[in-house]
Amino acid sequence: MTRYVIIGTGVAAIAAAEAIRAYEQSGDLTLVGDDPFGYYSRPGLAYYLTGELNEEMLYPYRKADYQKLNLRYHHVHATRILPAEKQVELDSGMRLPYDKLLIATGAQALPLNIPGVDLKGVHKLDHLADARTLLANAKRGRAAIVTGGGITALELAEGLAARGMRVHYVLRSARYWPGVLDELESGVIESLLAQEGITLHHKSEISEILGRNGKINAVRLADGRSLKADLLAYAIGIAPRVGLARESGLDCERGILVNELMQTSQPDIYAAGDVAQVFDPASGKHLLDSLWNPAREQGHAAAINMTGHAKAYHKPPVFNVTRLVGLTITIIGAVGNQNDPDLLGVARGDSETWRQMPNVIVAQGGFEVNRLRLMVGKKHILGAVVMGDQKLSGMLQSIVRQKTDISPIRAQLLASNAPIADILAEFWTRETTIL
Amino acid sequence: MASLLNHLFQKERTHRTSLVQGQVTPDPTRCVQCGICSFNCPVEIDVRHHAWQGQPVVHSHCLTCGECVARCPRGVLRFERTNLFSEAGK
Repeated sequence: MTRYVIIGTGVAAIAAAEAIRAYEQSGDLTLVGDDPFGYYSRPGLAYYLTGELNEEMLYPYRKADYQKLNLRYHHVHATRILPAEKQVELDSGMRLPYDKLLIATGAQALPLNIPGVDLKGVHKLDHLADARTLLANAKRGRAAIVTGGGITALELAEGLAARGMRVHYVLRSARYWPGVLDELESGVIESLLAQEGITLHHKSEISEILGRNGKINAVRLADGRSLKADLLAYAIGIAPRVGLARESGLDCERGILVNELMQTSQPDIYAAGDVAQVFDPASGKHLLDSLWNPAREQGHAAAINMTGHAKAYHKPPVFNVTRLVGLTITIIGAVGNQNDPDLLGVARGDSETWRQMPNVIVAQGGFEVNRLRLMVGKKHILGAVVMGDQKLSGMLQSIVRQKTDISPIRAQLLASNAPIADILAEFWTRETTIL
Repeated sequence: MASLLNHLFQKERTHRTSLVQGQVTPDPTRCVQCGICSFNCPVEIDVRHHAWQGQPVVHSHCLTCGECVARCPRGVLRFERTNLFSEAGK
């Protein structure tokens, strides 16, 4: 009987467990995880912060779902992998033998490295425990400082504003999320933030967190200004949790390097999700994501390979749908290439593939909040940002992922003031009707 | 009394019509399993589970009220017409 061990309890691990059970009912399946809350929706924390969800709803699995998987769960920390002995050592001292091992340890928030970061009232948003302490500190009418970039920083700002705090968002960059959004898109988000009463401080940097009696009471900015603060929340990026893999001799760069079978440099050890650095055929590089669906897809693919049914994972153009200040945004494929001084590497809800901007011409259309930006290559659309009205996002997802030849409409799309949404919709209707 | 019964039957007829004409269909690639859909379902259908499975919400209690579709922050859910044989479905 094959012994499967999965280290991790996130979506990549759960998708892998489901796939192992779909392909092999009799194998011995063990899950090892040190997250105190097990499997829950990490992206759902944003809505828990705003009060749209209660904590109980963050858990997608019920007891019966775990029972169906017929697995053993060790709620402990895995301290070492011994590839030669094919064992995983747990902090309880126990050694778990495996035939096939999946590492799905995810990623963790990067720490803020400025004086005063250990004061009470300074928060990151890595886990449910962080969200709980943040909410316990978020008092109506008090001042909150948010710093960092990408989706998580904005979710922090929105969540704290929804709890009645007076929020100041301190950004190093001249505009929000410059690595992925263009100037107009950043402008739309920033005007919505202003409508929510959130004050933005561009080109600003926190040099020191000041406190009294061990608790934050202000922040000092690099330009000498001070802002009163009852709380500070930051999101400056994440780092894959590669320690276990690196110490075990697996090949790692920023994440664990895997081939198209999701295999690491050790043939019986696989990796998936935020911890895996996966080959991206479009850019020819191994890249990181921190996105729910790619993690699910990778866990699924790894598990199928672990059960001996070869399934190559060809990283598709990555997309994510998110809601920023009440506005739904879909980001597909490669859309930007600027550095973002507010982020150190990848952030949650982010992908390195989005910043691999190829040789493209940009076509854009729409007004105010409903906006469409296309990255038009020689024959294909290589990336898109759909802001507001989402009617075209499903279609664009297909066009980018399937590498649909758009040569017949390329010139039309690139004409000045072209109604690009209508051109695309008509083109897609013709394409799908012919099929 | 007659008008009350008429009203009740009309409501039931409307409900049944909407049930045969449409269903809530998820795009699982967009879903992050946050649970807002299930949390807001007035009849406590676990819509999120359907989204995970990629299955339409075919459930005898579903009112097709649209609450889950409207509340989903990621555009996972949409109404899909199912009655292919009625005039309205053409």
